[in-house]
Amino acid sequence: MNFQKKNKDLAGSFFITSTKVLFGFLVFILFLILAKITYEGIGVVSLEFIFDEPRNNMTEGGIWPAIFGTLAVTTIMVVLAVPIGVFGAIYLSEYAKDTFLTRIIRTAVNNLAGVPSIVFGLFGLGFFILFLGQNIDEILGTGLIWGQPCLLWASATLGVLVLPIVIVSTLEALNSVPKSHRDASLGLGATKWQTIKKVIIPQARPGILTGTILAISRGVGETAPILFLGAAFFLPNLPVVDLCIGDYCIPMINPAEQFMYLAYHIFILATQSSNPTLTLPLQYGSTLVLIGITFLLNITAIFMRYKYRKAIGRI
Amino acid sequence: MTNNSVIPEEINEEDSARIKAESSFGKRISLSVRVKEKIIEYFFALNGTVALIFIILIFIFLFKEGIQALNDIGVLDFIYYDQVQLDDSIKRLYEWYPTSSQPRFSLLPLVVGTLMTAIPATLISTFLGVGAGVYLSEIAKPKAREFLKPLIELFASIPTVVLGFLMLVVGATFFDDLFNPTNRLNAFIAALGLSFVIIPIIASMTEDALRSIPNDLRMASYGLGATKWQTISKVIIPAGFSGVSASILLGFGRAIGETMIVLMAAGNAANITMDLFLSVRTMTATIAAEMGEVSQGSDHYYALFFIGIILFTITFFLNLIAEIIINKMRKKNIF
Repeated sequence: MNFQKKNKDLAGSFFITSTKVLFGFLVFILFLILAKITYEGIGVVSLEFIFDEPRNNMTEGGIWPAIFGTLAVTTIMVVLAVPIGVFGAIYLSEYAKDTFLTRIIRTAVNNLAGVPSIVFGLFGLGFFILFLGQNIDEILGTGLIWGQPCLLWASATLGVLVLPIVIVSTLEALNSVPKSHRDASLGLGATKWQTIKKVIIPQARPGILTGTILAISRGVGETAPILFLGAAFFLPNLPVVDLCIGDYCIPMINPAEQFMYLAYHIFILATQSSNPTLTLPLQYGSTLVLIGITFLLNITAIFMRYKYRKAIGRI
Repeated sequence: MTNNSVIPEEINEEDSARIKAESSFGKRISLSVRVKEKIIEYFFALNGTVALIFIILIFIFLFKEGIQALNDIGVLDFIYYDQVQLDDSIKRLYEWYPTSSQPRFSLLPLVVGTLMTAIPATLISTFLGVGAGVYLSEIAKPKAREFLKPLIELFASIPTVVLGFLMLVVGATFFDDLFNPTNRLNAFIAALGLSFVIIPIIASMTEDALRSIPNDLRMASYGLGATKWQTISKVIIPAGFSGVSASILLGFGRAIGETMIVLMAAGNAANITMDLFLSVRTMTATIAAEMGEVSQGSDHYYALFFIGIILFTITFFLNLIAEIIINKMRKKNIF
């Protein structure tokens, strides 16, 4: 490309350099955010901090109930959303022809991803709590259990919110399975379902797992949708119930209870603290834990996707 | 035919069915398998429509609650409130004051607040995001890109509540010392926080759009003697323009819908102002702050759902337009 050098382009090289500077600036900001949180939070975070309860009006103690609540909500969210998302993606990729309905479904998936998170909160309140929950209560006649904010509806709402992430990741994984593998399987006499079960899903599994991890990361970081879906300021007890069969009891997540949530906990500490100077270190500690979880999840997802994209490139 | 009448006793029914099936190729799959396959297909189809069903449900349930507001409050009351003064004159107020004894439901300050945060955020992010996208797609070496693109994704994964908290504690103090703004928490601080969310969206979508442009175009441009920057500015960006503009639209939609950052950093005072250094209150922050305390079935409650309808409608159409643009671009790029 020597001939290019004859064409002197000062303005051009200025612009090219400036995009480099600009990108460097972005990386610097990311680094600055991480450095600030790590610097302020690292002294606070310890095993004791993670496994302790908030005490003394949240100016002392740890964040265990918030971590537990986050785990509980995201677990139920995954159970609700991932199968539906994966099966839906299998339909779109393997069965659906390019009809009007499928195009509308694809548009709906993209649009669902763009709905503001606070609107999901309103939807969760209007649909899950006031409509589903209250009707369930009325039918069962057990009084007010499901018709109020609780863990199950928060999980379900977050499940709808992360559904597009699961669908899009699964679609990408399914699309990366070569058509020749499908043809080979069908040519050997396998039915469509056998092909999907034995040929396509095993190859797409890392992609599906990546989507699940990204969905968890998104769910863990969301605050706005759960604001009025049962996230609590402070709860002395974990949302746990003993499930007993005879004498044998196992503790289970209680989906009918309110819960503490790590992201919501940060919001509360930042805006409604009784003593900001005392809570600030705890706050940085909680933030470090939250950002640690999301980054760990995302780096895992990025790494897995890198690996399977490379593996598929080799086929 | 005559053979058939001779041997029926020797083969049982199952075998004859098998022979019959094997004789006609393609019909070998038994009925039970075919039924099972069909059931599985319908099961997948059911799951496939869930996203569509939920979009429709969101639409229905927002409207179910929010449309009451139009009956109870009225369209004009969402714009202004005529307050009767002591001397019987009428003063027209544009205020959001739903808990007052004379509740005022003007959405004007909230819409202004949303625009005052979303527009500056989108402008900042367009500048930085498109630049970063151009760098990733055209300038960075493939090895560097492999490492830098995930960095952008990591940027996008920072929870918004963390960004809100940092803007509240660190950003606001920094700019308080620097500019000495009227309000410590203001539209500018919130816009900066928002741009951290939108830059990664615009950057990665710009990169996707530019990378989908066939390499022939670049080669042709170099072949004509253009420099790298001339190729980027005269060939690549015009060719990817629709994709870039779609990413900006999506970023703008995200800026309008973002809640936690504006709730924590914009100051939440419902000012109608063009001053970036004054506190503002956005539509999203209003819902987030007031929904918890409102009594169900009150005018205020329905008004908050009505704001939800507005947000949903705006972002829905922004997304739709962006998707149409992207689909058109995809079709065009298949040469």
